[in-house]
Amino acid sequence: MTLADLKRGQVAIIKDVSSPYIPLKLLEMGCLPGNQARLMMVAPFSDPLYLNINDTHLAIRKETAVHIQIELSNE
Amino acid sequence: MSKQIKVALIGNPNTGKTSVFNSLTGLNQQVGNYPGITVERKAGVCKLPKGVKAHILDLPGTYSLNASSLDESVVIELLLNANDKDYPDVAVVVTDVENLKRNLLLFTQIKDLNIPSILVINMSDRMRKKGISLDIEHLEAELKTKVALTSTRKNEGIDLLKNLISNYKSLSTDACLDISQIESSYFGNLQRIFPNQQLYKLWLVITQDVNFGQVTKKKIDALSDFKVKSDTKLKRLQQKETIKRYQFINAVLKKGKTVDLNAATDLRIKLDRILTHKVWGYVIFFSLLMLIFQAIYDWAQYPMDFIDETFAALSELVKTTLPAGVFTDLIAEGIIPGLGGVVIFIPQIAFLFLFIAILEESGYMSRVVFLMDKLMRRFGLSGKSVVPLISGTACAIPAVMATRNIEGWKERLITILVTPFTTCSARLPVYLIIIALVIPEGSFLGLSYQALMLMFLYLLGFGMAVGSAYILHKVLKIRSKSFFLIEMPDYKVPQFKNVGITVVEKTKAFVFGAGQIILAISIILWFLASYGPGDDFNKAEEIVTENLSSLELSEEELNQRIASYQLEHSYIGIAGRSIEPVIQPLGYDWKIGIAIITSFAAREVFVGTLATIYSVESEEGEPIKEKMRGERNAKLGVPRYNLASGMSLLLFYAFAMQCMSTLAIVKRETNSWKWPMYQLVVMTSIAYLAALIAYQTLI
Repeated sequence: MTLADLKRGQVAIIKDVSSPYIPLKLLEMGCLPGNQARLMMVAPFSDPLYLNINDTHLAIRKETAVHIQIELSNE
Repeated sequence: MSKQIKVALIGNPNTGKTSVFNSLTGLNQQVGNYPGITVERKAGVCKLPKGVKAHILDLPGTYSLNASSLDESVVIELLLNANDKDYPDVAVVVTDVENLKRNLLLFTQIKDLNIPSILVINMSDRMRKKGISLDIEHLEAELKTKVALTSTRKNEGIDLLKNLISNYKSLSTDACLDISQIESSYFGNLQRIFPNQQLYKLWLVITQDVNFGQVTKKKIDALSDFKVKSDTKLKRLQQKETIKRYQFINAVLKKGKTVDLNAATDLRIKLDRILTHKVWGYVIFFSLLMLIFQAIYDWAQYPMDFIDETFAALSELVKTTLPAGVFTDLIAEGIIPGLGGVVIFIPQIAFLFLFIAILEESGYMSRVVFLMDKLMRRFGLSGKSVVPLISGTACAIPAVMATRNIEGWKERLITILVTPFTTCSARLPVYLIIIALVIPEGSFLGLSYQALMLMFLYLLGFGMAVGSAYILHKVLKIRSKSFFLIEMPDYKVPQFKNVGITVVEKTKAFVFGAGQIILAISIILWFLASYGPGDDFNKAEEIVTENLSSLELSEEELNQRIASYQLEHSYIGIAGRSIEPVIQPLGYDWKIGIAIITSFAAREVFVGTLATIYSVESEEGEPIKEKMRGERNAKLGVPRYNLASGMSLLLFYAFAMQCMSTLAIVKRETNSWKWPMYQLVVMTSIAYLAALIAYQTLI
């Protein structure tokens, strides 16, 4: 499962970010294995995604989100 | 004089770093550029206790020392070069209490450079509302620093910060992280080869494109041991480093920061739901744009009329009070109308920067980017292109610079190429005066025809920008990794002081920058219009009097004919008449031709040029608009500025690339003359064709 599969309001734990398509900057914003990600909002026309990752609010496009492996969290 | 303490202000974007800078320095700031590059350099002086002064340098906002843009590399280049004249005695790292975790990443990096650092935790006024409490002592001990908890909004903690700065010598320079933990063999080797160098600095040199002191990237690369590290391997190490840093930060914050979620009231979600709504989001955005245009057209009109009349009266006053002569003429006909052409901009530019500053400060601009990204992508642009396109309504120069945070090169290049189509404030004076002359009064649905025309021109500019972006998107064969990341900061009520300072600084920079060019051109023009070769110019009076002796003209009328004849045969008149064949099909005469030539330096020169030309020609000090209204197209027996020639002029100015400063900045940002030349040729051709079609169909 990847970050692009999340539904609005769902929370997930980030599992793997080793894909070369994920820029360092995103990791520095807190997108790292073990951290929590919540999908806050989806923009009109279903892209980009507005996320809360590790308490940082940011938006990325789906094309990046599909490279971030996650696991749904029960919280 | 005692030595000033050199302070560098560093922090993530959206942490209120600029507010802290403003609180420390007030209006005591100088804004300039770093040598050789166009990154804005802001510095100021701050008075500390006991008569000590601090020189504060506000570095560009950055998320980390791993630079990914020109703005960010300024920070790392300064911090790695201890010989730089700006190298700080103390670094003040500004963080936002709500985003402390992420903001601390940069703090740990700076600490690891062994620079004495103060941690500013800003926006403390929001703590109660968000249910946040901090254990300052614990933070200070774990992070080996001193903390200043500040609220620029309530002006709290600034004195504490000033005290900490003056006692910077007592700050610890210990690192937060032992960088060799990342991979002991690799870093152990590195240290063996460079025993006198600090490991983290070496690591930054390897991963970044910077040099410091004698240790250059080349020198390290030359050592085979480190060269074998491929980019993927390096990236993996950087990833490990980031994880280590967050582990450290999480451990510190576990005790240092607690959040009581029950106390937190979240306005953000409610606002986001409306402002990024698939219908209301767009409705609100476009209503805001309409409000901005209304302000520029309607509200700015009153101070502008006042300025226009004041300068006309001033010119008249100079003529009547100073003794007659060349010098008086130069002041009254060259310098004053020229200056008036600059000053008249101030209300509109101030309004534009006011709105842009409010949109940025409030956090709304990020929502617009979020809302527009998918739409803009269809045209080969990015959601982030919206900011340059909106800033472009103020001036294309800062707008082109604002494209720097667009990650993909192709998206960025297209944004740069199309931004000059948006209606910048330099076009406004031209639009306003032509609209007032050729568009009839009256209104439709409560909006005047004139305001509607102006709005149409704005939409035309945007339409042209987006349309040509689409074509470029299809035509340009550039492969670039496109990538998009934007922070969505919390909403904030803009601080009056910050907005005020931005408006004053930007307006000042624009007026002085443009003012010098306009003033110089006005003076040159006046000379060219006041002198001419041969008898036609020098014996104008005799020739005209003789030719018209059969007509019984009043003295006033005769004088005017003489002045016209003289102008026509002055140097500038000759230049204007020589290009008349080219512009006649567009409905212009040689006087407009002169204005078009001079406005290739900058569009706003158009009105100033006509002001200078018409005041050389006429005696009375009436406002420029009235002078233009009186101009006739003798061949057709209609006013010179009629609907056909007016529309033709409006379209010409809407499309033509007439701004040398923009061309220069595009050259700098794209690092090639190819793109600005392309802009110049294509845009000006479109302008000529559009003006030609408009005039020929309407006349």
